[in-house]
Amino acid sequence: QNYPLYIRSVPIENELKFHYMVHTSLDVVDEKISAMAKALVDQRELYLGLLYPTEDYKVYGYVTNSKVKFVMVVDSSNTALRDNEIRMFRKLHNSYTDVMCNPFYNPGDRIQSR
Amino acid sequence: MEWRRSYGRAPKMIHLESNFVQFKEELLPKDGNKALLTFPFLHIYWTECCDTEVYKATVKDDLTKWQNVLKAHSSVDWLIVVVENDAKKKNKTNILPRASIVDKIRNDFCNKQSDRCVVLSDPLKDSSRTQESWNAFLTKLRTSLLMSFTKNLGKFEDDMRTLREKRTEPGWSFCDYFMVQEELAFVFEMLQQFEDALVQYDELDALFSQYVVNFGAGDGATWLTFFCQPVKSWNGLILRKPIDMEKRELIQRQEATLLDLRSYLFSRQCTLLLFLQRPWEVAQRALALLHSCVQELKLLEVSVPPGALDCWVFLSCLEVLQRIEGCCDRAQVDANIAHTVGLWGYATEKLKSLGYLCGLVSEKGPNSEDLNRIVDLLAGLGAERPETANTAQSPYKKLKEALSSVEAFEKHYLDLSHAAIEMHTSIGRLRSAKFVGKDLAEFYMRKKSPQKAEVYLQGALKNYLAEGWALPITHTRKQLAECQKHLGQTENYLQTSSLLASDHHLTEDERKHFCQEILRFADRQTDSPGQRIILPLHCFAQLRDLHFTPSTAVVHVGGVLSVEITLCSQMPIPVHVEQVAISVHFSIEKNNYRKTAEWLTKHKASNGVINFPAESPPCPTPQSQLPAPELYEVFERSPSDNSLNTTGIICKNVHMLLRRQESSPALETSSGVALDDGAHVLKCSGVTLEPGANRLTFRTQAREPGTYTLRQLCASLGPVCFVVPHLYPPVQYDVYSQEPQLRVEPLADSLLAGIPQKVKFTVTTGHYTVKNGDSLQLSNAEAMLILCDAENRAVIYSNAREKASDVLLRVQSSDKVTSISLPAAPAYHVIEFELEVLSLPSAPVTGGESGVLGMTESQRKHKDSRSAGHCMATAEHKVSIDCPWSIYSTVIALTFSVPFRTTHSLLSAGTRKYVQVCVQNLSELDFELSEGSLVGPDSSADLQLVPLNTESPQRIYSKQSVFFVWELKWTREPPPSLRCHFSVGFSPASGGQLSIPLKPYTYEFQVENFFTLYNVRAEILPPSGMEHCRTGSLCSLEVTITRLSDLLEVDKDEALTESDEYFSTKLMYEVVDNSSNWAVCGKSSGVISMPVAARATHRVHMEVMPLFAGYLPLPDVRLFKYLPHHSAHSSQLDADSWIESDGLSVDKHVDDQPDGGRSRAGAHPAPGGEHRGLPMPRLQALPPGQVVNASVGAQVLVVPSRDDHVLEVSVT
Repeated sequence: QNYPLYIRSVPIENELKFHYMVHTSLDVVDEKISAMAKALVDQRELYLGLLYPTEDYKVYGYVTNSKVKFVMVVDSSNTALRDNEIRMFRKLHNSYTDVMCNPFYNPGDRIQSR
Repeated sequence: MEWRRSYGRAPKMIHLESNFVQFKEELLPKDGNKALLTFPFLHIYWTECCDTEVYKATVKDDLTKWQNVLKAHSSVDWLIVVVENDAKKKNKTNILPRASIVDKIRNDFCNKQSDRCVVLSDPLKDSSRTQESWNAFLTKLRTSLLMSFTKNLGKFEDDMRTLREKRTEPGWSFCDYFMVQEELAFVFEMLQQFEDALVQYDELDALFSQYVVNFGAGDGATWLTFFCQPVKSWNGLILRKPIDMEKRELIQRQEATLLDLRSYLFSRQCTLLLFLQRPWEVAQRALALLHSCVQELKLLEVSVPPGALDCWVFLSCLEVLQRIEGCCDRAQVDANIAHTVGLWGYATEKLKSLGYLCGLVSEKGPNSEDLNRIVDLLAGLGAERPETANTAQSPYKKLKEALSSVEAFEKHYLDLSHAAIEMHTSIGRLRSAKFVGKDLAEFYMRKKSPQKAEVYLQGALKNYLAEGWALPITHTRKQLAECQKHLGQTENYLQTSSLLASDHHLTEDERKHFCQEILRFADRQTDSPGQRIILPLHCFAQLRDLHFTPSTAVVHVGGVLSVEITLCSQMPIPVHVEQVAISVHFSIEKNNYRKTAEWLTKHKASNGVINFPAESPPCPTPQSQLPAPELYEVFERSPSDNSLNTTGIICKNVHMLLRRQESSPALETSSGVALDDGAHVLKCSGVTLEPGANRLTFRTQAREPGTYTLRQLCASLGPVCFVVPHLYPPVQYDVYSQEPQLRVEPLADSLLAGIPQKVKFTVTTGHYTVKNGDSLQLSNAEAMLILCDAENRAVIYSNAREKASDVLLRVQSSDKVTSISLPAAPAYHVIEFELEVLSLPSAPVTGGESGVLGMTESQRKHKDSRSAGHCMATAEHKVSIDCPWSIYSTVIALTFSVPFRTTHSLLSAGTRKYVQVCVQNLSELDFELSEGSLVGPDSSADLQLVPLNTESPQRIYSKQSVFFVWELKWTREPPPSLRCHFSVGFSPASGGQLSIPLKPYTYEFQVENFFTLYNVRAEILPPSGMEHCRTGSLCSLEVTITRLSDLLEVDKDEALTESDEYFSTKLMYEVVDNSSNWAVCGKSSGVISMPVAARATHRVHMEVMPLFAGYLPLPDVRLFKYLPHHSAHSSQLDADSWIESDGLSVDKHVDDQPDGGRSRAGAHPAPGGEHRGLPMPRLQALPPGQVVNASVGAQVLVVPSRDDHVLEVSVT
């Protein structure tokens, strides 16, 4: 299941491009996940690392144990975010867990953010 | 040679190459010379000198000079080789001992370092000595060389680090440093330590990147500005040469641009990686490099002509790819597509953007401006490198060709794209493949070949739809719409348009545009009828719910059914729809089509609203299409001890869930939608659908009975039809036809006879229309009156139980027929009215005769009442009704219950007789009784019935009884039987004025044998000498039976015996004490012969003993007629009754009369002889009227016996 649960892009103007980008990046995510499954490591590293670089952006991936995928696209010239992706993903993962804990959330629905 | 290095680095086997150069002083390194490769590591002085003279004269000076030079350059690595030649030795006689020269040299130069002088003896001879000396020399040479090398390398590295540490100083130049570190890399490469060499380059790379980043952060190094010069050449990476000297020189001269530096650096890295057999890393690094170069140029704000970078990247990509392909075989390349595919994609992308930039993609071809740009770009490429000039497929040639003409560009672009798509697909990166495909489609669209583009767009769209990516869906659809428009696929175009018009991700204007497209098409095609375009409705509007009126969705033939649907329009603007139609499938269900309204109403639980699930949500989530897993717990217990073996959960619908996901259903195709032209169509014309929810109402008149299933919903817009092919969940309505019906039912639970009762008439008109003048003809039953009330009103209800009207009802009664004129009522209505009926007691209820038969009669009643509780006597009246809609009469039976039950009894007091009549009210109503009267058969003067009752009306409450008593008086000898007629007027106690006089309630009965014949008197006397009876002591009981009359008619029976005008009859007496107060001692019964004459008396004495103290009632004395056996009077009795009548003591049952059968046995005692062969006498109870027990109610005082001291104490 590779339908989007939540997509948000800042700034908004090039949203379409990012959607395409995230979507294509799922290819690599899938690839990495299957490679990991083959490796049969007990303690799986959730962070997938750089999925693929593009000219202007870096795409990072993260997948939970329940195969919920997080993909982050970062402007590659943005050095402030450099090497902090893991922390970002952890935060994201926590937020996602919070959402899942919400009894009013129906798993599989699009996630709304305020 | 083993190489041990400082800093604990692992020893490695290295191969050190060395050149032998003739010593020149200029070659000695000057201070600050960084060239390591040409560095003289070891200086060797060769001498052949054999004699001391020569040595002293020339060689020594020379050596000293050489040593001084070396010292001056602080070079400590030297070696002196003395070549000894035997031949020379022999020629010269005055030779010194051989060792002397060597020793001399050692003494002169090699102070402390004697090993720095090596003797090489007879080098050209082949002897063991020569061999040995060669070996010693070479070992020495190697060691010295290595030592020197290590020392110098260490020094070099230190110098390099020092230089690097100085990088913050203003004058520091990266290029200089680059050359230094590269020297080191070269050395490692020479040593075949590619890993180490690569590290050097990587360090340089990282250092440079860091500077660029810092520059971006505002921390600019002055030397970097040099790299910021505008890019003038973009000839791509050169990877075919191990060292690109051209670029290297540029760097050395500090003239390199950023691209030059990067190119050179990467070419070196690439070379080393290839040496290391890691071609895939090259690909990965290449991609990263290209990206970072582009980034760096941006960061450093280097001015780059448009397209130049694209050229550079494109060339570089291809160069890298070709380089990799060049060093790997096909299979390897295929296996590692994952690494190279990025480059392919990147190259494709760049070529695409070049194409767009240079107008090579447009239909018309490049214009002059574009051509200028192409020329500029080509100029920037420079000339082709000599090393690739001969290869046909060089990147340079490709790019040049691609830029030269539109056709060539197309060819190259397609080649690349297809290659990229193929690669993506082959490694399973379907999404990326689709993405490239979409670009390709865009290209095709530019090239005006939409038919080629469509495939790719459809493919991509399918992928996005399957995974629910809303924005890409919208975008791709938009492209697809354009494509379809060009292709003239009207149907598909309109469908896509409608989807787009309803897409919330588009702007309002775009949505309006697509909506207008549809409308325009619809308008344009109106004049040419013919083919219709059928599209699924869900993209245009959504059916939300459907509502039937009446809500049961059941309607009678001719009735009006309206269906209200909520259609949620997805269009951004109001749309005028010419017609909305629901086609209906009609079916006659054989068994069901006669369902009545009631039945259907009962069975259809819904409230008439059917909700439809959102058919195609704007963003379909694949998960929602899957059914929820149905999980069940499973417990498996072992059969032996019922312990739990296995537990778990199973999924019952695995087959649904784990089914292979078909490549997602073709949502965009409409081929499957067929317009169903059913005969039955619900229509609604000229509707304007506003954006959002719209309510549409369809009205239809039901015609044929049956079930109508709504099949399709179709909104037509000119030739465009939006269709819901199948309405799900299925919706249907039923039309029924009903025969007219008449129902007559009592208003209350049961009808009571004798008083006016209301009966409800219900006429269900069904399909019959009641006209004015239609009437119901009731043929009157004899004993039932239909009371015609002027105030009768009929209410007409519609089918849905809504009151339609209220009409006065006319009822005309003749003596035979009552005619009720029905009010006019349309079909499928209900007419209800009430009539009062009165059941006349057709025949007076006959009570039983007294005596034997009377008893049996009452007993039969008894039996009935016992079997069915206190039920009332009923009378059924049949009324036949002629209905106007039928030629047959309807016969209706009405059952009336008699509210009273009457019993009578004869009471005697000596010879005085009383008749008591008990009226029991069985109904729920209270009644008022009045004018009770009892009349004898012939009101002769000699028999009088004197009422002892009140005159005033009496109220008889529900379930209560009222008693009436009359005294019977006679003057003459009374007849053996008396027929009486009881009547009492009654009216409901609560009822108001009654319209008609009510008939009184009557009861006829017969009293027989009411004349008293015998008087029985019992007396108990205390024992003689005692005042009172005592318990436990015997007393005497004296029974006196006295005949009161002479021979009467009633005495004439079998018991009467006649002898000499003297009649006597046999009687049997019996003393019974039912209450166990007395113990009868001795014979308790006996037969006496009673003379039939007045005042004849018979006395019987017997002993009784009181068992208790106190006032005790006397024991009963019963009297029976004792009939002799008479064989002729045999009766058919079963053995049971025969046994019961066996013996005398049995006969007390007769009095108790518990059962009809037994009493009959008593009444007609069986002649036992027939069964036993022994004649038995029979007993017959005297009718109660003939015996008077004079001592009934008398009591005797019994005192307790004196010696009764026993006190029973029970302790528990």
